[in-house]
Amino acid sequence: MSSAVAPATVPAQVPVQGGRSSLTRSRIRAAWVFIAPTLIVLALIAGWPLARTIWFSFTDANLNNLTDYEFIGFENYIANYDGEWLGLLTDPDWWRSVWNTVWFTTISVSIETVLGTIVALILNASFPGRGLMRAVILIPWAIPTVVSAKMWNWMLHDQFGVINDMLLRLGLIAAPITWTANPDTALWTVIMVDVWKTTPFMALLILAALQMLPGDIYEAAKVDGVHPVKVFFRVTLPLIKPALIVAVIFRGLDALRVFDLIYVLTANSRDTASMSVYARQQLVDFQEVGLGSAASTLIFLIIALLIVITMAAGRVRLSGDPR
Amino acid sequence: MKILTRIGFWLLVAAIGLFSIFPFYYAVMSSFRSGADLFKVAYWPERLDFSNYVAVFERQPFGTNIFNSVVVAGSVVALSLALGITAAYAFGRIRFKGRSLLLMTILAVSMFPQVAVLSGMFELIRSFGLYNTLPGLILANLMLTLPFTVWVLTTFMRELPKEIEEAAFVDGATPWIVVRRVFLPLMMPAAVTTGLLAFIVSWNEFLFALTFTLTNEQRTVPPAIALMSGSTAYELPWGTIMAASVIVTLPIIALVLIFQRKIVAGLTAGAVKG
Amino acid sequence: MADLVLKNVRKSFGRAHVIHGVDLDIKDGEFIVFVGPSGCGKSTLLRLIAGLEDISSGDLFIGGERVNDLAPAKRGIAMVFQSYALYPHMSVYANMAFGLELAKSSKADIDSKVREAARMLQIENLLDRKPRQLSGGQRQRVAIGRAIVRDPKVFLFDEPLSNLDAALRVQTRIEIAKLHNDTGATMIYVTHDQVEAMTLADRIVVLNAGRIEQVGTPLELYHRPANLFVAGFLGSPQMNFIECVVSHVGAEGVQVQLPNASMLTAPVSSQGVRVGETVTLGIRPDHVKVSPQGSLTGRIELVEELGENHLLYVDFGKGRHLTVREPGDAHHQAGQEVALSLAPEFCHLFRETGEALPFLSESKAPAPSSPDMSSRAA
Repeated sequence: MSSAVAPATVPAQVPVQGGRSSLTRSRIRAAWVFIAPTLIVLALIAGWPLARTIWFSFTDANLNNLTDYEFIGFENYIANYDGEWLGLLTDPDWWRSVWNTVWFTTISVSIETVLGTIVALILNASFPGRGLMRAVILIPWAIPTVVSAKMWNWMLHDQFGVINDMLLRLGLIAAPITWTANPDTALWTVIMVDVWKTTPFMALLILAALQMLPGDIYEAAKVDGVHPVKVFFRVTLPLIKPALIVAVIFRGLDALRVFDLIYVLTANSRDTASMSVYARQQLVDFQEVGLGSAASTLIFLIIALLIVITMAAGRVRLSGDPR
Repeated sequence: MKILTRIGFWLLVAAIGLFSIFPFYYAVMSSFRSGADLFKVAYWPERLDFSNYVAVFERQPFGTNIFNSVVVAGSVVALSLALGITAAYAFGRIRFKGRSLLLMTILAVSMFPQVAVLSGMFELIRSFGLYNTLPGLILANLMLTLPFTVWVLTTFMRELPKEIEEAAFVDGATPWIVVRRVFLPLMMPAAVTTGLLAFIVSWNEFLFALTFTLTNEQRTVPPAIALMSGSTAYELPWGTIMAASVIVTLPIIALVLIFQRKIVAGLTAGAVKG
Repeated sequence: MADLVLKNVRKSFGRAHVIHGVDLDIKDGEFIVFVGPSGCGKSTLLRLIAGLEDISSGDLFIGGERVNDLAPAKRGIAMVFQSYALYPHMSVYANMAFGLELAKSSKADIDSKVREAARMLQIENLLDRKPRQLSGGQRQRVAIGRAIVRDPKVFLFDEPLSNLDAALRVQTRIEIAKLHNDTGATMIYVTHDQVEAMTLADRIVVLNAGRIEQVGTPLELYHRPANLFVAGFLGSPQMNFIECVVSHVGAEGVQVQLPNASMLTAPVSSQGVRVGETVTLGIRPDHVKVSPQGSLTGRIELVEELGENHLLYVDFGKGRHLTVREPGDAHHQAGQEVALSLAPEFCHLFRETGEALPFLSESKAPAPSSPDMSSRAA
């Protein structure tokens, strides 16, 4: 009976198949409506400014008057005036900042990874007060970077600082050290404060990975009488390696754009200036929007390149980094 | 041997705890000392001197700075969540062409170095007439919070059961109703987590706040603290700075202690599961 | 009014073809069960009918109207999900009212419908609770209640009992059958459980690898499986299968040679069957008897005593086994040698394609009694 009721238009409809039911269609339409505001906002506040920054890097724009500038090609990057090479790529201060940033990133991320793993292993053990400990180590992470830089500035004060006082009392140093001003110690100081601030983040990521490991492997290892250190290097480490790599990549990308900490801790000192500090100094303090944008563009390219390599390399699904 | 291991373990725990807390402890201590006292190193509190806390509000518009920070962070959280939840529904639950590419792009934005958009953002904010205003900062901070909000909420959204959504469709719900009436209530815990992270990011943001404001009245807390100066250019008012630091850090620490589990869940969402 | 017709319905996810051209006519008020092993496409087929997945090609008619492009809510269907899919943040009342509310029914109308359904399902005292405060069985009732209030032309059930424990499963099964009697609505029910299929269905649709293997009443399928797959799928313990060679064909049936060289004539059509062809003989454990005159001898490997009856696993050489169902008062022990007799009138023959040879005369074989819905349902 039903076939008798079937509309006569059926044969006409059959060839046009593969159509979507209204549910799928309406959901896909909804998807675009739902992401449109986010995409528009991001295009406006991320895409457009980025494009303008890159454009400015090819101009002689000045902060005082952003409407009046001329296209000067690659002169902000490199230019030759009467046989003399000028531009960002010839500026020793730029290369110094690149070196500072790379050095800072490598050392601090390495230390944070090792310390973070140790802290995570400790927090993975069960002991009374573990929850409290977990909250306590979050404190350095949550304190605003500017505030922690100021706190450390005060603790590292050359005359009245508590660090010098402690070290003097312990007899480890003979005279107070000007931690942040001395070129020999400044970058190490920055690294130490960064380690203090970001080790918790690493520790928590690693801890999350540790907690997802099945407990029975450890019991098996215990039954077999394997030494705990051996268990860590043979069992635990290989298993948390993917999470560890993700965490290191995150921290690395984050460290490469460091600004707040260095700016507040050591101001614009060229001994510690990172690429971001350098770029902002050109841009705001020297009002050289063209040159500053060129530096910004290079930073962007370096980080973008690393992101692309990472994403292509491990198909690693990264999460939103809240820092 | 066993006892030695236990002692070693607890020493390590104590060291980590001390290392984590000491700077904040020392800041609190210093904030209660003033005058010549401040410049004598002390490890234990001797007396409570509130003059730094008074000075912090008297010598600069610190109350205004806090208010600014609250307004900026609050608006950024509200906007990020409103945009993020709808977008996360689309990204997390609907298959459409270009989804992973868009999601990757958004993720890439969350890893942008801030400085890379600085001059463009400066121009944008100026052309909107928002230089040295709070809306300007809100706009700028969205660039930092929106991408990861979308990303984290998408991870949470993926975990909600498919059948509930389908039941709603059979009941006649449109996608918008599904988001508003069904998923929004279910996403509340995730939204709290993500909102907290966004709040902390915005509350702590420095570079934009430093660059896009001019006067002390429009500054948020971080640049206000960074730029605090004493009676002379060479003498920093350490006591006041410490008092200010304690004031702005306390609410964050309170949030962290209360929502510790949620924050950890948000931090690790996606990062490990991937 | 709410009959349902599928015409050459196909579904593919990308390159994976999940449903390969399904044709099916479902009459108004019929209780249809889709059954098959996991991954056979039964749930997908249900979701195509619900409108939760797109039909890749083919047509779906509900009540004479082509609904391929209609949203689920506009198809006049209601669905009960395996996980119940209740809205966790809404009370039972709100869960049931949600659909009506979205359809902009009046408050009074919603209230009377929800209360009526709650009364029918005896969940009136639960209306203010949240789903997490309910037991599994209660959640299932709410899920059914949510379907009832929508007054659908077709009810769709996706393995609704698989999350319940055994006792509750039987009870809820009976209630679903009652619901069918009371409402007279068309129902389509997906399950992998053959007991549910046999007890509930007016007609069973056996699916395998995205194709319909056979459609028929439960007893038709049980007694007259169209092919090897259906024969093996329905019935527990499974039908015995023995490979044989056709030794003679005639008007009285097809004679086959069993592995031990004894002969057996099955009363099935010999049309197109050649002597020497390999066929598979199928016989249910109930129709194999231990008897001194039995033609097949073997050794009992294992006895499963179920009380009411016993299952014997008999090895009759070269690793070939037969399952035999004997009454519970018969005493057999493992290791014992027994002779088995196969009732020829209950022997099915399947050709190498898997297709069954039709029985010659319905009168000789136990007739599939015309299904009496109400008695089976209750």
